[in-house]
Amino acid sequence: MATYLNWKKKTVLPAVVAGLVSLPALADSRLLATSGVTQVEGSAGGGLVPWAVMSGYADEGEWSAGVFHTVTDVQDYRLTVDGASYSRDNRFEISAAQQRFEIKGLAGDIRQEIYGAKVRVLGDLIYDAAPQVAAGIQYKRLLDGDIASLVGAENDSSGVDIYVSATKVHLAALGGYHLLWNATLRATKANQMGLLGYGGDDNNSYELMPEVSALVLLREGVAVGAEYRSKPDNLSAFSEDGYADVFIAWFPNKQVNLTFAYADLGSVAGSEDQNGLYASLTAYFR
Amino acid sequence: MKKVTRTLLVSACLLGAGPAMATTLYDDLGGKEGIAVVVDGFINEISYDQNIVKFFAQTDIKRLREKLEEQLCMVSDGPCEYTGDSMEDVHAGMQITTGEFNRVVELLQNAMNQAGVAYPVQNRLIKRLAPMRPEIIHR
Ligand code: HEM
Repeated sequence: MATYLNWKKKTVLPAVVAGLVSLPALADSRLLATSGVTQVEGSAGGGLVPWAVMSGYADEGEWSAGVFHTVTDVQDYRLTVDGASYSRDNRFEISAAQQRFEIKGLAGDIRQEIYGAKVRVLGDLIYDAAPQVAAGIQYKRLLDGDIASLVGAENDSSGVDIYVSATKVHLAALGGYHLLWNATLRATKANQMGLLGYGGDDNNSYELMPEVSALVLLREGVAVGAEYRSKPDNLSAFSEDGYADVFIAWFPNKQVNLTFAYADLGSVAGSEDQNGLYASLTAYFR
Repeated sequence: MKKVTRTLLVSACLLGAGPAMATTLYDDLGGKEGIAVVVDGFINEISYDQNIVKFFAQTDIKRLREKLEEQLCMVSDGPCEYTGDSMEDVHAGMQITTGEFNRVVELLQNAMNQAGVAYPVQNRLIKRLAPMRPEIIHR
């Protein structure tokens, strides 16, 4: 405490009090909202697209862990996703998620587990001139492949997506407001993210799918933006479209973030023009 | 008379659109007084933060205040010259981590919030300070 004493007089007491009550070491040292939110497969990103950011707020020498819950409700389907993620050193991220896809009016659902890993390869989201770049993998496993094989999927049990993402914040770029963009390239065979299996009778090879996001921070901790994610079209039975959304995300603090979006999923398993509301909550213990 | 007034008005408008009326970030920060309030709040915020205040144990706070005021004035296009030491020299040997750097950014944001600096103005100042990070961290 002696070191506080050569401080200017009026701040000695608060400094001592702060010294007693604050945590011994830094924990969540990245800046607010740099966690991103959680995308529908459990990786840190926007709502649909994985970004180059690591989940949570862990910087060098720190770790972070959190859980999330997401619901997307469209005309004929409801997709619920639950999962958890862990990251450390602002370098590595691992995640586990379960997707539950309900077909409205029918009993039963399709469940898919997704295990993700991501590593930041280079750059810093905010401070470097070049974007932050990360590479990631999502291993996907269908708990029951009956529907996938019925609709013509080549593989009705598991698939792997590999992606590279570049994400960049441009400080004060739009009339003083921060701008973020992300571009992702994903190699995938998944039909509707894997819910309808992997590969199909029309195409059974990996394809490179671009995915993009852009947002503006309207005030501290409030972002509005849009995303687009292109997808393969492997099944002869159904045509498959890209996903798009417009969203607002709120980061009241570094413990939680909340996203609401209007999502347009296009044609899904024979039902055209599927669109509706998306809501997602991520909470970090640390 | 009417015509003269109109001419004056028109030229005033033309001037208004020109550089004579353009405000600098310095002006938007409230000039010398505004920056003094921000720097005072910033130093106060540092004094409350156990993880950051330890770096300043031996620091001459009067000098720090003066140099920070000069620096913020200069980077915001105000009428000042920074007379302090280079960012590399000042922060050498401190081994400042990326996390500690971010923490100091947050303390500056807190100070600007308390001083009532508008969010876009805060962002413009952060943008001008951000490129200094490589001269400050890991040294
Ligand atoms: C963009 C960020 C920063 C800027 C613009 C900045 C600017 C300055 C300036 C202008 C001075 C006074 C220089 C002089 O006396 O000639 C100073 C001193 C100092 N800074 Fe920074 N600084 C930044 C980040 C940091 C960080 C992150 C830390 C520590 C966590 C830090 C710790 C110090 C210390 C301890 C001193 C006093 C050195 C002494 O006692 O002589 N600074 N800084």
